[in-house]
This record gives sequence, C-alpha cells and structure tokens, in this order.
Amino acid sequence: MSNILALIEVSSNGDLRDSTSSLLAAAARIGSPVAVVVTTPGAGSALVERLGNLGAAQVFLAEIDQGGTLLVAPQVDALAAAVSTLAPGAILTVNSVEGRDVAARLGVRIGAGLVIDAVNLRSEGLTIVATHSVFGGAYTVESTVQGGPMIVTVREGVIEGAADAAVPVVTTVSLTSDASNSAVIDEVIDVVVASTRPGLRGATRVVSGGRGLGSQEKFSLVDQLADALGAAVGASRAAVDAGFVAQACQVGQTGVTVSPQLYVALGISGAIQHRAGMQTAKTIVAINKDADAPIFDIADFGIVGDVFTVVPQLIAAIESRGKK
Amino acid sequence: MKIIVLVKQVPDTYGERTLDPTTGWIDRAGSDAVIDEIDERALEVALSYKDAHKGTEVVVLSMGSKAVTVGLRKGLAMGADSAVHVLDAALEGADAGWTAAAIAAALTSTGFDLVIAGNESTDGGGGVVPAMVAEHLGLAHMTFLESVDISADQVAGERATGQGTLRVHASLPAVISITENLPEARFPNFRGIMSAKKKPFRVASLGDLGIDPAVTFAGVGRSVVLQATKRPARTAGTKIVDEGNAGVELADFLVAGHLI
Ligand SMILES: Cc1cc2nc3c(=O)[nH]c(=O)nc-3n(C[C@H](O)[C@H](O)[C@H](O)COP(=O)(O)OP(=O)(O)OC[C@H]3O[C@@H](n4cnc5c(N)ncnc54)[C@H](O)[C@@H]3O)c2cc1C
Ligand SMILES: Cc1cc2nc3c(=O)[nH]c(=O)nc-3n(C[C@H](O)[C@H](O)[C@H](O)COP(=O)(O)OP(=O)(O)OC[C@H]3O[C@@H](n4cnc5c(N)ncnc54)[C@H](O)[C@@H]3O)c2cc1C
Repeated sequence: MSNILALIEVSSNGDLRDSTSSLLAAAARIGSPVAVVVTTPGAGSALVERLGNLGAAQVFLAEIDQGGTLLVAPQVDALAAAVSTLAPGAILTVNSVEGRDVAARLGVRIGAGLVIDAVNLRSEGLTIVATHSVFGGAYTVESTVQGGPMIVTVREGVIEGAADAAVPVVTTVSLTSDASNSAVIDEVIDVVVASTRPGLRGATRVVSGGRGLGSQEKFSLVDQLADALGAAVGASRAAVDAGFVAQACQVGQTGVTVSPQLYVALGISGAIQHRAGMQTAKTIVAINKDADAPIFDIADFGIVGDVFTVVPQLIAAIESRGKK
Repeated sequence: MKIIVLVKQVPDTYGERTLDPTTGWIDRAGSDAVIDEIDERALEVALSYKDAHKGTEVVVLSMGSKAVTVGLRKGLAMGADSAVHVLDAALEGADAGWTAAAIAAALTSTGFDLVIAGNESTDGGGGVVPAMVAEHLGLAHMTFLESVDISADQVAGERATGQGTLRVHASLPAVISITENLPEARFPNFRGIMSAKKKPFRVASLGDLGIDPAVTFAGVGRSVVLQATKRPARTAGTKIVDEGNAGVELADFLVAGHLI
C-alpha cells in the first residue's frame, strides 16, 4: 500500500483540529495514512498517540519555529519534505482556507495536479478516483490526476468512519522556512464559540432565516425554532447583508454548503444561489407568505403563511410533545 | 502603484449552470457569461485605492475565450486603465495548474506591485488560483481577506478561516484575494463606457508569454474529469396554505418522518 500524506491542522494552542479524524479516514481508504504535522520544537510528541488512535500508521513531525508567524509557508515546506522522503501515492489536505493555500503552493512547487473539494476517494487499480458534488449537488463528478503527482483537498467532515488505530512510526525533521516569500501573521483572533448550538457545517438539522424575518430583533424567531429542534442557525445572503446575523451563518453558493437531515427555510425566497447550498438536504421544509416563491419547488413540506404566526405555533407543538 | 486585478468570466449564477457530460467542462454556450461578481469587488478595491491615490495604474487581466473581451471592456468602463487578455486554443479546458501558469506568465510580462483576485470563482470554485500564481512568482500571498489596507510598500488585512480570524501583512509585491465581505462594485457610467473604447487592450497567446505547453507542462500532473452525472432534480412535495393550524400540521409531518 502506498503512503498517503495527510496534512493535519493544528489550532493556535497546539490541539488537533476536529477535521483530523475524517482526513485520516480519507487517507486510509486509498493507502497507508501518514499524518504530517507542523509543530514547535518538542511539542509534537504529545500528539503522536492521538494521531495513532485516529489511524495514522506514520507521523511526520516537522519542527518549525515559524509555525505561528508565517502564513502557510511552514506547512508547504513540511509537506514538501515529507514528499521527498516518503514518495507518497497522494497528498491530502482539508478543503479549508489554509488547506487550499497549502495545496496550491505545494502543487506548483512539486508539479502536482490538484483535485479540489473531494467528498469521497477510492482506488481503482493504480488510479485514485475522487468524487465531487458540484453546483450544490446538481452534478456528481469523478476526477483524477494524470501525468504527475496528485494533491486532493477533502471537504470537511463528509468522510465518515474512522481508520484502524495504529502505533505510528515517527519521523522528526527540523526545518526553517524562507520568510521572504511569505505573508506574516500579526495576530490570531481565534473565534470563541459562545453558543451551545451545533455548528452549521456538518449539522444534522438547520433552521435558516431570510429577509422575510424583517429585522435583527425579529430574527430571534429563527434562534428559538433552532433551539426547539436542536438545530444550527443558517441564513440567506440577504439576511446577512441586512445585518440580521453574522456572515458565518450564510448558506449558499458563496456561503456554507450544508447537507442535513432536516432544513427549515423561514422567509427565504429560494434564489438559485441559496438553493446551491442546501438542496441536497434529506428533508426540506419552507414557510413563506408568497405561494409562488421558488423555494416551494424543492420543499418536501411547504406552508404558505406568515412565519410570525406559524413558527410560534410549531414551537408550542414541539414543546407540548416533549412534555408528553 | 500598479495594481492588476484578475477577472474571470463565469456563467451567470442566476441561470442554471450545466456541465458537458463527456468532458466535465462548463457548458459555456448554455448560459450567459458575466464577470464573476467577486472579481468586480476585487476591481472595486483597486479602483477605490486609485480614487484616493492619483497616479495609481489599474490593469484588468483575464484568461479565457474570445467572449472574455466583453467582460474586460466592462472593467475598463468601470475605471481600469488597460486590459490584458490571455487567449489561446491550447487553454481550452485548462485546469487550475495551467490557468495559474498562464496568468503568472502574463503578470510577469506586464509588471505590477499588487495583484488582487477573488477568493473563489462561482463556477470552478477551487479557491486555489491566487496562491498558485504567488508560488509561480515567488511572492507572498494572502487569500480570503475580509478587509484590505494598501500602503506604499505593504498590504495588510484580516483573513477569515473556519476557526477564526488572522491579522496578516505582506511586503509588496504580493498577491491577495478578497471575500464578498468587501463592498459591491460601482457601475460603469456613460463617460467610462465611451473612454473604454480608447484604452489599451493587449491580447497575448501562450507563445507570446514564452509558454510551450509540451515543454512547460511535461511531467506536471493534470486534473482530469472522468465522468459527470446530473442528479435527478428535486421535486416539490406537500404544499398547504395556513388556515390557522399549519404549525401543528408541520409538527405532525416532522413526527411522522422521525425528525423530532
Ligand atoms: C454571485 C452571487 C452569489 C450569491 N450567493 C448567495 C448565497 O451564498 N446565499 C444566499 O442565500 N444568497 C446568495 N445570493 C443572493 C441571492 O440571489 C438572493 O438575493 C438571496 O438569496 C435572497 O435572500 P432571501 O430569500 O432572504 O430574500 P428575498 O428574496 O427578498 O426573499 C424574502 C422572502 O421572504 C418572504 N417573506 C417576507 N415576509 C414574510 C413573512 N412574514 N412570513 C413568511 N415569509 C415572508 C417573501 O415572500 C420572500 O419570498 C448570491 C447572489 C449572487 C449574485
Ligand atoms: C465544477 C468544476 C470543478 C473543477 N474542479 C477542478 C479541480 O478539482 N482541479 C482543477 O485543477 N481544476 C478544476 N476545475 C477547473 C478550474 O475551474 C479552472 O481551471 C479555472 O480556470 C480555475 O479555477 P477556479 O475557477 O477554481 O478558480 P479560483 O481559484 O476559485 O479563482 C479565484 C480567483 O482567481 C482568479 N482567476 C481564476 N481563474 C481565472 C482566469 N481564467 N482568468 C483570470 N482570473 C482568474 C479570479 O480572480 C478568481 O476570483 C473545475 C471546474 C469546474 C467547472
């Protein structure tokens, strides 16, 4: 089995990001997973056992002092070093902002082809085939790389299951990145998640609100229904632009793509760009005053009505069932 | 200061976007082409800097088919000083790697202090071309910027990541990409449209840029589509008009589907 490098993302305080398990599971589908991690000197050994439990057969620790100060260059250098010693069959990163930057720069450096935003991976003989879900799930596309090395960015949280636990073989190298062609990180403002609500990406239930909610105060109706259902909160771009809710909540083509069991759209017309981010939901519910709103074309259950009368009644009905 | 804005022509997102099932390429005949909205915002960043700093030169640069002329003319009408169009039949179906190599070569031939791109296109959506271009040029990149602060010798901003925000800066020359957090673009006015016709417009082939695909891309991996399948369209289910009891009926529907 060929080595599959997986660039592990580490938070600013040195913890493994949540994406680790799914990325190692993706690597295990096509070969022997090698976790590649950038750490400050000496800090990496604390991560080895956990990486093994998550399925890393090998751990490649790149000790670089500049990990917290140079933007992405240390991660690119770490992978480039691992590529030259481990001759991998493919290189995986998370399809995050950082993961795509690393894939992009490494791809040019080693002459690799890039496969972006894969939702699944499999081997067919010597070929690695990636599956993508494009235009909001309207198409399923299979792709590969020919004629050179292959780098794949894997969509966060979609590959389920876990790789078998292993006791990893550890390689440690120490590197210095060239600071002259890298941006500098002045400050890391890590988002503090104050909410107890589930995050939008990967949520199994999502309640989203649109311009129809009317104001920031009245948008709290969306929060109330989300809490009654144990759902994450989403929004249309019009609701974000109007300042009802933070940009991180935007669902759609230029926002987050979600694929939950249940998606509830409140006061959202269902523009094509919004649908691109939610139309693969298992069940779609829509409440809208306008009987001709396009959201009804894809809703499993549609209510032509006012969100401010229907939703409170729905919340009361959910709560009274909970009491029984 | 010379700022080059990368603009990509994409199928209008208001129409249905389709893929050619055999090549997996965008069916460009199937929809209207427009400059990507995010690239118009990138151009706005450059033009508002130019408004405040006379003597700034703004160039719009695109790689694409003949049809891209229209989009580049719009960029000139909005206020860019000149346009560069990379046009070559060998680039049809280019992957991100070929695209970035061609754009980097065009940038080198044009010269610049700052390159501004969109964070991700609305068709390919890879979000990788700007950082690839920076690696070709041996320059720093800062992608996904939510705010941009340009000064004479550096560019700074805040970059959104899934986990939080980074405050970053880089010395010029550099390559940046911006998110839709930055303001919408201005509309071209009549004077702009008239003067656009007289502005310099350069068309460059790969040969003009010193690229021979057979040599430049020898041994370089290329992303290829094996198969593209259209999913069956979703169909509408039950639709009721609220007559005072719809909230309860919806609760019943959710219970029946084991969703609560
Ligand atoms: C390049 C590009 C990218 C885009 N990306 C995205 C994206 O990622 N996500 C996104 O969402 N949009 C995106 N858009 C914008 C998209 O085109 C729409 O403008 C947007 O989705 C509309 O949001 P909305 O449905 O909330 O608002 P509207 O279209 O204004 O709809 C509001 C709806 O609320 C209903 N309503 C009003 N009051 C009530 C009430 N009391 N009870 C019930 N219903 C009520 C109305 O009938 C109406 O249907 C993008 C656009 C472009 C050009
Ligand atoms: C559905 C789909 C999936 C694809 N998947 C892959 C894949 O997995 N791997 C792959 O290598 N290619 C892929 N491609 C091809 C890829 O879209 C094109 O190569 C494209 O030219 C560059 O990638 P992008 O659109 O993703 O750009 P992005 O990296 O998303 O673009 C970001 C910014 O770069 C600039 N830019 C990008 N292209 C141009 C251009 N032609 N001219 C001027 N500026 C530009 C713009 O400022 C743009 O906003 C895919 C295309 C489609 C339609």
